[in-house]
Amino acid sequence: MNLPLLIGVMVVKILVVFVVFLTTIAYVVLMERKVLGFIQFRYGPNRVGPWGLLQPLADALKLIFKEDFTPPGANRFLFVLAPVIVGLTAFLPLAVIPFADKILPDTLTIYGQKLDLTVASLNRGVIADVNIGLLYIFAVASMAVYGAVIGGWSSNNKYSLLGALRLSAQMISYELALGLSVIGVLMIAGTLSLVKIVEAQQHMWFIVYQPLGFILFLTAAFAECARTPFDLIECENELVAGYQTEYSSMKWGLLMMGEYGHVVIASALTTTLFLGGWQGPFLPPVVWFLLKTFILIFFFIWVRGTFPRFRFDQLMYFGWKVLLPLSLVNILLTGIIMLYMPR
Amino acid sequence: MQIIFFLLAATALISGIMVVIQVNPVRSALFLVLNFFALAAIYLLANAQFIAAIQIIVYAGAIMVLFLFVIMLLNLRQPEEGGAHRHLGQKIFGSSLATAVIALVIYKVFRMIVPPGKPLTPDFGSTEMVAKSLFTDYLLPFEMTSILLLVAVVGAVILARSKVE
Amino acid sequence: MLIDYLPILVYFVIALGVAVGMVALSEAVGKKTHSTVKDLPYECGMVPVGDARSRYSVKFFVIAMFFLVFDIEAIFLYPWAVVFKQLGLFGLIEMAIFIIVLAVGLAYVWGKGALQWE
Repeated sequence: MNLPLLIGVMVVKILVVFVVFLTTIAYVVLMERKVLGFIQFRYGPNRVGPWGLLQPLADALKLIFKEDFTPPGANRFLFVLAPVIVGLTAFLPLAVIPFADKILPDTLTIYGQKLDLTVASLNRGVIADVNIGLLYIFAVASMAVYGAVIGGWSSNNKYSLLGALRLSAQMISYELALGLSVIGVLMIAGTLSLVKIVEAQQHMWFIVYQPLGFILFLTAAFAECARTPFDLIECENELVAGYQTEYSSMKWGLLMMGEYGHVVIASALTTTLFLGGWQGPFLPPVVWFLLKTFILIFFFIWVRGTFPRFRFDQLMYFGWKVLLPLSLVNILLTGIIMLYMPR
Repeated sequence: MQIIFFLLAATALISGIMVVIQVNPVRSALFLVLNFFALAAIYLLANAQFIAAIQIIVYAGAIMVLFLFVIMLLNLRQPEEGGAHRHLGQKIFGSSLATAVIALVIYKVFRMIVPPGKPLTPDFGSTEMVAKSLFTDYLLPFEMTSILLLVAVVGAVILARSKVE
Repeated sequence: MLIDYLPILVYFVIALGVAVGMVALSEAVGKKTHSTVKDLPYECGMVPVGDARSRYSVKFFVIAMFFLVFDIEAIFLYPWAVVFKQLGLFGLIEMAIFIIVLAVGLAYVWGKGALQWE
């Protein structure tokens, strides 16, 4: 085994996937502005390029050259650390989400060196096929709360601190429902590997067996991404911009990318767990995966254009007294049905 | 392999020391998170994938969040005045206890006779293996855990009550 | 087995590089100005009163404690779900006992009004 060459191929593959992911995040921002515009009978961005298609590029350039302001009262190291954590927790879950079946041949000959691509699933449409895939995602997701807490605390601003507290309480509350709502899927699939979960949906999507689990998961995912109707940190009239209040330039840009990255990841993960992942007839697997993911992203935006925001006490009530008991009931029901209704 | 282990062990040790000597409690907490990550990586190196994942989820994701909340709740901005003298007794007691524990560990490690181990099965440390032993051989401890967690919930409620009123 | 985790390490390094690079880039090229008023924490144009790092409600702390307990419950459920098909009815009963005991805990918290936000 030629390790340096293997890592070289690995880096190329990861870079391609990562660049596509970052571009997707940038264009989801544009998509949201466009869709919200049409929902509200406006045009949305339409000046930069045809239909505003170059808007993300212009935004990125603008953000990089903006004034980079760190409030003097802030804890400087932690203030810089927070956006990096938010960005990382949004980027990292992608590593285990399968986006296609096989994308490369089993062996490849580079400069006369024969390379076995089945090592570390280099030939498959996933960055890393580990058999604790789902737990890896939850581990990364549980780190997301640090971004908010550290950012809010280090800013030395009352809005930031309050926003961070609310957001972290919200995230840990809904993390429970998120984690418990997928247990049903795991019971049917019998594995934590996302690649194997997709393969188990060859004949039927899990949404058919787990309708309640799907609804619970999607709802909790909305709250984890802090999207409407759970976007209390962006409650402008109460908290300005929550823990993001004192942030500017690309630090804020990274927080923004984190938010939309979470939306993309949540949609991709829902697709993988409940909607059969890349499985589908006629079209190539990647197309199916992107199609399902973008339908869910559109749903995220649609909900934002439609629903009002919860109050904080309603939010906590909903998480602890509705979602949590329901997901426990879902687990027991799934168990009973699986035992007494063999298919 | 061994180099990776020693790098991780060094990270764990240094971050552990930093937890103790940092003055800023938030930084101290963040070094503890780094320590947990190094430990998780060591578990991974020992093939214990499931344990590595829950090390992150439970320790770094849940317990440390609780710690951070406490730090923020108390908002210790400056170190307490004259701390060095006031806690002299604690310091002497703490360091002598730590020395005793370290001495005991070193003594035991060097006296230890490692029995020749059986070769590991390929699925050692996988979630399935952990689950099978947990839900058959260790059924009673598992059910006892639920009682323990119930006690913890009751304790949390009572603690919060007495603080509020 | 361990080689399966190598792509994650490589991906982590790349993602960290991108995130740090973005912050560093704007730190390098963005201009910086300071003035007395600008350096104040943002409070909608009012002069800030007191320090931001004041103490806050104990409720958040209590929520974090409950989260810890139920998170550990969830951790036990993952391995159980993976081997559920092999355990069968026996597995369902043992997990039902576990869940019910903790549901009693949730009911207690609920009944005591610890989940109530005024």
